[in-house]
Amino acid sequence: MVGESRLSKGLVILTFLLPSLIGLILFNIIPIISSAFMSFTDWDMLTNPKFVGFQNYYNVFFNENSIKSIVNTLKYVVGFTPLVICFGLMLAILLNIKITGLDVYRVIFFMPVVISWVVVSLIWIWLYSPDSGIINYLLSLIGINGPAWLQNEHTAMPAVIIASLWKDVGFAAVILLSGLQNIPDEYYESAEIDGANSIKKLFYITLPCLTPILFFLIVTSLITSFQVFDQVFIMTKGGPFGSTRTIVQEIYENAFQMGKVGFACAQAWLLVVIILVVTLVQNILQKRWVHYESK
Amino acid sequence: MVKRIFALILALLMVTALFVGCGSDKNEKATNDSEKVVEENKSDTPDTQPKEKEAEPVTIKFIQNSANGGREDVLKSMIDNFQTKYSNITVDYEIIPWNDYYTKLNTVLSAGAEAPDVFEVGYENFAQYASKGLLKDITDIVASDSEFKTENMKKLAFDAYKFDGKQMGICTDFTGCIMYYNKDLFDSKGLEYPNENWTWEDELEAAKKLTDESKGIWGTVSPLQVYEFYKTIAQNGGSVWGTDGKTVTVNSKECVEALQWMIDKSYKYKVQPPFTSDIYTQPDADWRAFEEGKIAMLRNGTWQFGEFEKNAKCNWDIVLEPGNTQKAHHFFSNGLAMYKNSEKGNAAWTFMKYMAIDPFVVNTRIEENWNIPVLNDDNVMSAYYKKTPPESKKVATDLLDSLVLPPLGPIPEKWAELQQVLGEELEKAKYGKVTAQEALDAAKEKIEKLLQ
Repeated sequence: MVGESRLSKGLVILTFLLPSLIGLILFNIIPIISSAFMSFTDWDMLTNPKFVGFQNYYNVFFNENSIKSIVNTLKYVVGFTPLVICFGLMLAILLNIKITGLDVYRVIFFMPVVISWVVVSLIWIWLYSPDSGIINYLLSLIGINGPAWLQNEHTAMPAVIIASLWKDVGFAAVILLSGLQNIPDEYYESAEIDGANSIKKLFYITLPCLTPILFFLIVTSLITSFQVFDQVFIMTKGGPFGSTRTIVQEIYENAFQMGKVGFACAQAWLLVVIILVVTLVQNILQKRWVHYESK
Repeated sequence: MVKRIFALILALLMVTALFVGCGSDKNEKATNDSEKVVEENKSDTPDTQPKEKEAEPVTIKFIQNSANGGREDVLKSMIDNFQTKYSNITVDYEIIPWNDYYTKLNTVLSAGAEAPDVFEVGYENFAQYASKGLLKDITDIVASDSEFKTENMKKLAFDAYKFDGKQMGICTDFTGCIMYYNKDLFDSKGLEYPNENWTWEDELEAAKKLTDESKGIWGTVSPLQVYEFYKTIAQNGGSVWGTDGKTVTVNSKECVEALQWMIDKSYKYKVQPPFTSDIYTQPDADWRAFEEGKIAMLRNGTWQFGEFEKNAKCNWDIVLEPGNTQKAHHFFSNGLAMYKNSEKGNAAWTFMKYMAIDPFVVNTRIEENWNIPVLNDDNVMSAYYKKTPPESKKVATDLLDSLVLPPLGPIPEKWAELQQVLGEELEKAKYGKVTAQEALDAAKEKIEKLLQ
């Protein structure tokens, strides 16, 4: 019989895993490892790579564009992550109220999540137009002369963050909504009997019960916001004057447009380390604020 | 988790790994095949051995991108015709989408053994490859070809594919930028149409009369980016690099004046919309506004002919761009180059020449509206000139007579970086962050850094 001895069992497992293993090794593991090697060379895709030691890593921290892109990415992360969680939570609570047409609202708020970033970016470029954009028109109604959002280095990054919020808040809301619906009604009932008002219920029941979901959301949205690329690349191409160029855009441009593959690999590895550290720190901190229901 | 980032690295590596892999397979097959053919030939005709050397079958490998996205059959017809004409040469070709093209080309060229004999290449990349010594010097092959006369081609375009005085490729076709104008708007103001002798001054005077803010009509529209900039400074006698080809002169008086002029049209004379307006910031808005009759003069590319013919709601024509002290135009070129280690020199050159000047190719290009041939032969090109609109179609090739090339200077391999630093400074100037002088001073400093 198949699987009787340990060896044949292992062989069977391996056979089934082989197709995806080959893919994983070929398309993920080998490239990851070789990118690490490449980051120590000056490879330009054309001539033979030369070993340059830590030069690329040195440049990552001392090259003007590279530093700027790190700072820009941090701006995005700091602006985007807290807001997407806050708005996502508010939206989730609203969507949890039992009213007619609830499903319709849920669909509407989730719609931006499934639309491609290209479409969303083009729409927002138009919304932000100082000539014909609705945003500046609305601002003009209350007497504010709106800026040229995407052509001004002070407003471009906030503008990108706002567009990203609009697109991603639905995702956060749906995840949080599932968490809200898992909170047993009995908790609220007994709290009411104890005389808790809705604010207290929010802070002493809803939020603590949601912490595992919040933790998941914070981790994932931090990671995705460190990797921000699509919206920036389409809406501003990193401009004006490089004020929205992010790390991933730097990596892309250095590798594929400027032929500085080694340098791009070093930048990519820096990003890996940043994300790794941020995620590890969160994992340590979570013990202090995330409550798992023990059964 | 960190998937997207890795995806980039992966893409890169996989491209390398895969193409190197695939390439070697194909190559082996190809050589095997040709060996086989040779063998067969020998066995078929053992008695008539050293008859004609030229008739020996050759297979040349060719890769290109410009046929991708709709012109695959057109390229096939050109190559089929070539193979009929030169029955001993087989073209083993591959069309690669633009987005992947240079990544793939870089990979096969650096892999060496898998490289194509002939490949399509734009001027900017041509210079980069030439400077890295990846291209074959075909000066002698061209010189020894009695059928080929360089006078048959537009000189400046042909010379563009020279590097260090050596011919290293041939320009086959191009698109260029010229000035479109709306005849109806000129008529309504009773103004004379622009002509090839116009200067910036004439453009400005006309634009002042044509601009009508109440109707949302602008006298003139020109983008402000790197390509437009290097051409415009040339129209004022300036250039990014000095005559020695090494000194950065991007902040010279001529250049600053030219940049100032580009900005002043918007903010001082107000004959051009501000750079933050929809015409400049929304996708495709400039040429659509022209179609709607909102722009009297527009600097744009020859690739719009078909679009304007179909959708422009006004009568329009084209004219050479006004210059200040001299005429200057820029183009986007396609050319063919040969890999340095290709052993198919003559066959490859025959094919390169065919793609540039053969009447069949030229006529097919014209019929299919596929870019513009660089021929300097009015008899053949008359088919192109006759295809109107625009009425003044000849302008599209006349622009090559005052061609300026992208300012790659001594650092063709850093063109992307040069564009980035220069582009950023131009952006600062156009959004009014700094003056034209400050922007170009800063650009000079940054370009000089690239030289180190």
